[in-house]
Amino acid sequence: MNTLPRWADIALLPVLNVVLAFLVGGLIVLAVGQNPLEAVGIMLYGAFGYGSGFGYTLYYTTDFIFAGLAVSLAYHAGLFNIGPEGQAYVGGLGVILIGLALNGTHWAIMFPLMIIVGALFGATWAFVPGYLQAKRGSHIVITTILFNFIATSMMSYIISRQLKPAGVNSDESAPLEAITRVPQLRTFIDLFKNSPVNLTFFLAIAALIFVYWLIWHTKFGYAVRSLGNNPVAAGYAGISNQKLIMIVMAMAGALAAMVAVNNVGGVQGRLILNFVNGAGFVGVAVAFMGRAHPVGVGLSALLFGILYQGGQELAFQMPGITREMIVTIQALVILFTGAMGDMLRAPLARLLTRAGATAGGK
Amino acid sequence: MTSPNPSDHQRPERAADSSLAIELIGINKHFGPVHANRDINLAIKRGTVHGIVGENGAGKSTLMSILYGFYTADSGEIRVNGVPHAITDSRHALALGIGMVHQHFMLVDNFTVLENIVLGAEDSALLRPTLNKAREHLKQLARDYGLEINPDAIVENLSVGQQQRVEILKALYRGAETLILDEPTGVLTPAEADHLFRILRKLREEGKTIILITHKLREIMAITDEVSVMRQGTMVQTLNTSDTSPEQLAELMVGRRVLLRVEKGPANPGKVLLDVKDLIVSDDFKVPRVKNVSFQVRAGEIVGIAGVAGNGQSELLESIAGMRDQLGGTISVNGNVLSLDGDDGAKRARDAGLAHVPEDRLRMGLITNFAAWENAILGYQDKYGSGLGLDIAKARETATEYMKKFDVRPASLDLKTANFSGGNQQKIVLAREMERDPDVLIVGQPTRGVDIGAIEFIHNQIIKMRDAGKAILLVSVELDEIRSLSDRILVMFDGHIVGEADPATADETELGLLMTGSHPDRVVTEPGTLPEHETPIQQTLVQMSPKNNAGRETN
Repeated sequence: MNTLPRWADIALLPVLNVVLAFLVGGLIVLAVGQNPLEAVGIMLYGAFGYGSGFGYTLYYTTDFIFAGLAVSLAYHAGLFNIGPEGQAYVGGLGVILIGLALNGTHWAIMFPLMIIVGALFGATWAFVPGYLQAKRGSHIVITTILFNFIATSMMSYIISRQLKPAGVNSDESAPLEAITRVPQLRTFIDLFKNSPVNLTFFLAIAALIFVYWLIWHTKFGYAVRSLGNNPVAAGYAGISNQKLIMIVMAMAGALAAMVAVNNVGGVQGRLILNFVNGAGFVGVAVAFMGRAHPVGVGLSALLFGILYQGGQELAFQMPGITREMIVTIQALVILFTGAMGDMLRAPLARLLTRAGATAGGK
Repeated sequence: MTSPNPSDHQRPERAADSSLAIELIGINKHFGPVHANRDINLAIKRGTVHGIVGENGAGKSTLMSILYGFYTADSGEIRVNGVPHAITDSRHALALGIGMVHQHFMLVDNFTVLENIVLGAEDSALLRPTLNKAREHLKQLARDYGLEINPDAIVENLSVGQQQRVEILKALYRGAETLILDEPTGVLTPAEADHLFRILRKLREEGKTIILITHKLREIMAITDEVSVMRQGTMVQTLNTSDTSPEQLAELMVGRRVLLRVEKGPANPGKVLLDVKDLIVSDDFKVPRVKNVSFQVRAGEIVGIAGVAGNGQSELLESIAGMRDQLGGTISVNGNVLSLDGDDGAKRARDAGLAHVPEDRLRMGLITNFAAWENAILGYQDKYGSGLGLDIAKARETATEYMKKFDVRPASLDLKTANFSGGNQQKIVLAREMERDPDVLIVGQPTRGVDIGAIEFIHNQIIKMRDAGKAILLVSVELDEIRSLSDRILVMFDGHIVGEADPATADETELGLLMTGSHPDRVVTEPGTLPEHETPIQQTLVQMSPKNNAGRETN
């Protein structure tokens, strides 16, 4: 079996996959009679070219980092968590409940409280599939998917029947007062103009570092990786598989719930129906593309942030390219980096081995 | 390699009048930087049993894979019956009359013997004519070679020895004239191995050529006519078996003198460190596997558990190590009864002073994806660093120390464990479990898949532990290993301990009978409580054992 050097596995392969995705995407753009190079230019400009666009890119990136970490952490324990969507959604309930309960309190107090209570809600939601996996052997993929559906139905009921104030037409909760909301960066830095990126972005960066430290520099991380690589050997090492599965799932749910702090606490200031809007699912792609490594997750979250923000810009600027086309390109990136992520592995390994042999003077 | 002519896919009409069945000339094979086969020359005479011995990684399997068409040699020539051939795949090898019986059987478990034999060799889309033909053919093969087997038995209900016979029949059915057997006795009981050797002798009488790959020198001496020794990719020497000795072969294999006998002084048993009482353990499917087992291991002695694989030894070992729920009984280490609540019993067993070298290092003892230093602390990870953090520097220090002390090669802390050879992986496990100074050491298959040079080292380490006053429980399917290391032997059959033997006086036949539950003097279990033989292996063992009927009836 050919194996890739570490640098090629972490850097070269994902880059090649993305390039491939964009080449195929470019062909599609070409097929609808548009100029792919121009499209790329507009996309990049939309994502980076001006303050507000850049702010949006970072805002989306924040969401994807949390969702990506929620998948990655569980993945290191051998658990395929497809549930960040629902976990983030339920996390939003915690954020809005504590926000409304203490509405009017200064954000310096409320930001940590929203993090804690949101995390508790998300953790609880993810703990249940974890419990079912650990104690009952129900497969985590199935249960987390089902829990997404349950979350959707449950939250629809709670938002439209319980939280919606009288006299409001749209499905959303009462708003938080301005002072309670997580401050947006534009209040400190002019550059970000009217974009929604807020303090939660720094929380995401901190989460990346935290997860890296947790997985590779703590006893807990050692246990998690043991479980993920070989559950029998983990049992042999005295690690309780059952406990660890439940703990890891709860932590993953807590990470996913930070999406809600970003959106509910930092942007909308209220709980809106379906506010997660697919960010949780993007997390699955982000985790896979980033090979479940926090550095990779950070980079691929940024890429998807660019795709989201730049894509909206593109749909706006080039009428020939519709919103659906953007989704197609995003899907291609997921396809080439996730589902077919290993397609180039064997040829690349052969190529590198041959190159190495040539360099070695054979 | 140059192909002489394209038409040689057909078997030659008549063998060239050479006495050689197979000739390998100047075979070279590289895997990346590894030169797995170096200018190998080998001539195998027709109608002989030819042994090939060598340590793991010596290139035996590569060479046979080239002959069987799994790999293509970088250079060199293969001659079958004197005619050069470029063997492209195993189908081609079969067409040339070369068959292979793999170490791990390639059988479909829920097919019958007959279906397995015709699989891939069906004559037409309709199965019935092929099956009928095969049935006749099989009868004849059974007559000719003593390979009796029920063609309608389902393979998963057969014993390992019988499954192996199906593999041999498969090759013969396809017209094999030369049969390659890769470590054929690794999974067999002594009785089954004897039966296999009878079959091989019969095949030789009928003019078949047999290539036997093994690391058991005793077998080489017992059955082969000629033996070739490989070391580090080269062919060291080919000898007439009658002109050589196990000592000489071992020396040629390793490149230095090797002690084949374990040298140890008398045991000096002290107080009881491991006390197992009335233990009942079930397997993953809730079938009881250990049934009311009681025994003690004292400080300064090695107690060996002999038995045919699958008679409860694995469950016993794992249960003592805290990895299995118990249905009854107690296990005390150093006087403390181990509580086994939850699924982290292994931790409590370790804390009580027990170390465990598991039977299967890849499944349980190591995380092959981890770097070597990470595996050096597996199970002891909580001792590294206070608080949450993992003290990586200290762990690497420990690993460096282990690698030096146990001569692990390469001594690379960051190399992925999967990339070490089996022997070196085992040394990592042994170092980790032995260097903790445990009171009780339980060891399963300490030298499975380990080179002869490393076996000597591992055995000496186990003796050293004993002499340091540790209680050691040893489980092994290698009867030789049990006999040479143990101070006492307990024999397990069908979840019971059916006898105890003194390794100095016990003879192999007697142990063999105990292991198959058919010793006439010993009652297997109380009458009436003997369960219907629930596992196929026990069933067949009972059927196979010659004294079985007598033994049963005295029950």
